[in-house]
Amino acid sequence: MRVVLAEDLALLRDGLTRLLEAFEFTVVAAVDNGPSLLPALLEHRPDVAVVDVRLPPTFTDEGLQAAIEARQKIPGMPVLVLSQHVEPLYARELLTDRAGGVGYLLKDRVANVAQFVDSVRRVAGGGTAMDPEVVSQLLARHSSPLSGLTTRERDVLELMAEGRSNGAIAAKLFVGEKAVSKHISSIFTKLGLPPSDDDHRRVLAVLTYLNA
Amino acid sequence: MDSRDWIRDGARAVAGGLLAVPLAVVNIPLFAFFVVGLVLTPVLGIGLLLFPLMTLLIRARADVARRLAAGRGVTIVRPYRPRPDGVVFGSLRYYQWLVTDPATWRDVAWLLPGALAGLVLGVLSLALPAYGIEGILLIPLWIWLGTDSYGYGMFWPIETIGEGFLSLPQGALILSIGIAAAPYLRRFDALFNRLFLAPTRAAELRMRVSRLTATRADTVDAQAAELRRIERDLHDGAQARLVALGMTIGLAEEIVDADPATARKLLAEARESSTAALVELRHLVRGIHPPVLAERGLEGAVRALAMALPMPVTVTTELPGRLDTPVESAAYFAVAEALANAIRHSAAGNGAVELWHTGETLVMRISDDGRGGADPSRGTGLDGIERRLAAFDGTMSLSSPPGGPTVVTMELPCVLSSPKTLPSSGTG
Repeated sequence: MRVVLAEDLALLRDGLTRLLEAFEFTVVAAVDNGPSLLPALLEHRPDVAVVDVRLPPTFTDEGLQAAIEARQKIPGMPVLVLSQHVEPLYARELLTDRAGGVGYLLKDRVANVAQFVDSVRRVAGGGTAMDPEVVSQLLARHSSPLSGLTTRERDVLELMAEGRSNGAIAAKLFVGEKAVSKHISSIFTKLGLPPSDDDHRRVLAVLTYLNA
Repeated sequence: MDSRDWIRDGARAVAGGLLAVPLAVVNIPLFAFFVVGLVLTPVLGIGLLLFPLMTLLIRARADVARRLAAGRGVTIVRPYRPRPDGVVFGSLRYYQWLVTDPATWRDVAWLLPGALAGLVLGVLSLALPAYGIEGILLIPLWIWLGTDSYGYGMFWPIETIGEGFLSLPQGALILSIGIAAAPYLRRFDALFNRLFLAPTRAAELRMRVSRLTATRADTVDAQAAELRRIERDLHDGAQARLVALGMTIGLAEEIVDADPATARKLLAEARESSTAALVELRHLVRGIHPPVLAERGLEGAVRALAMALPMPVTVTTELPGRLDTPVESAAYFAVAEALANAIRHSAAGNGAVELWHTGETLVMRISDDGRGGADPSRGTGLDGIERRLAAFDGTMSLSSPPGGPTVVTMELPCVLSSPKTLPSSGTG
């Protein structure tokens, strides 16, 4: 799989390149600033872009802006955004096009290599990888509509909002996949969301609901 | 202003004129005893007591004039130097404090001209309405007192009964002129007093310097405390965790050949410990300067903040550019603190933040629909906001009647820079 990487700190850029290449990704371009990111994305059209939010020269949110712009030009181009901090506000901006193939993770998550690589693959496949920290902040805002959910349903909702598949949720909660899909349909009924079989669309529906 | 307000304002001004006359008279003994006190200082030492006493009485009298002027929309700032610490009444240094303050002498210089102006303007604002009332009541007075050789207004003496009755409209006219003029006379009096009782330019600057000194000391203290807190957090938190991390990895390195299973366990531990260190650092950074503030400016940061709050908060902004970083930071933390207070104390269901810039001043209004009754003298939250803003000459005002709503309005004088050109340092 071909990756475009944008990270200004050499240490992290090299580390990420090494990590991704060890898992059979090919880093076709690794840029260290905002202005050269968009041309690189448009030129290489990678299977997935891994982008730091804050890049030179302004050190604001150039990476995020470039990612959003690239997705306007190439709809659905998978982008995984990394940052030292996560904001539900940025998550909302990334999700507005409802196209899927979006990831937004704390840089810390790189430490868990297997999980990180799984997230990159999921985003490349059109899925979602939302940081648990974003999800928990979103859930905190919706304490009243979510109070109707059981504890187990909340756990399922949390993992689903992170973008995990039924199988992954089942494994994490030590229950069967059947039980997970039962919980999910119950959650959708309780929140008044239209049912959907497509995993990715389901996740987007939940995130859109939480982000509203 | 409708006619009822107009009459009420005029009547109040006439009453002010009535008060002005005795107040003007009070000036004269004040002046006399002040001079006595001053003269007796070298002779008997009585002046050490009398002079300060008279000065304080004069200041009290001047304060009355200032308060009356404020009622007429004329602001007269108190110009006096603050009393040095530990200086007591009757001591030589107390005497010195008063005698060296130019405002003392300006007050004294005001006493006699002020008395004259007060007397003349006071009598004038009383005499006109009084004369008007006399004209209105002239016929009844005639009937009651039975006098017939009497003149009024245009007619001296009144020769026909027709001229007698004409005193009524004349009186009404003079009364309305008197009532209309009274507020202007009061205002004129206030403006005259301001010539003497307001601080001179030098005194104004001196007051500003002492205010700046105080707010600077506050700011420096607050920043030093903040740095100490950061140092302690780093020392006990991230730094300690990194030491432990190095140790764990070193240990894993030692035993990796002999006991790979344990080495792997140690490495997993090390990874967890690095995550914990990062979490702590992130919290610390957020407290120093929230990353979203650096990335998005005040508007974006306040929106992000509102999204993270457990209460729905609407954010309305009209900021055509970005603020200087220090001002932006102060404004952000002030808004954050005000919102935190609203959530902690108001039991509100909804909140609102409005931000706009007038060209000279950033205005921040935070309101909630909670129970109100917030008191800035209790609790440190609002007090802290005030200090934070004071460093930039900012102000805060609070309206929180019992039952709500609570509205905190904060103003920060500042300029806007052109949109999104502010580079900041660091990395995301």
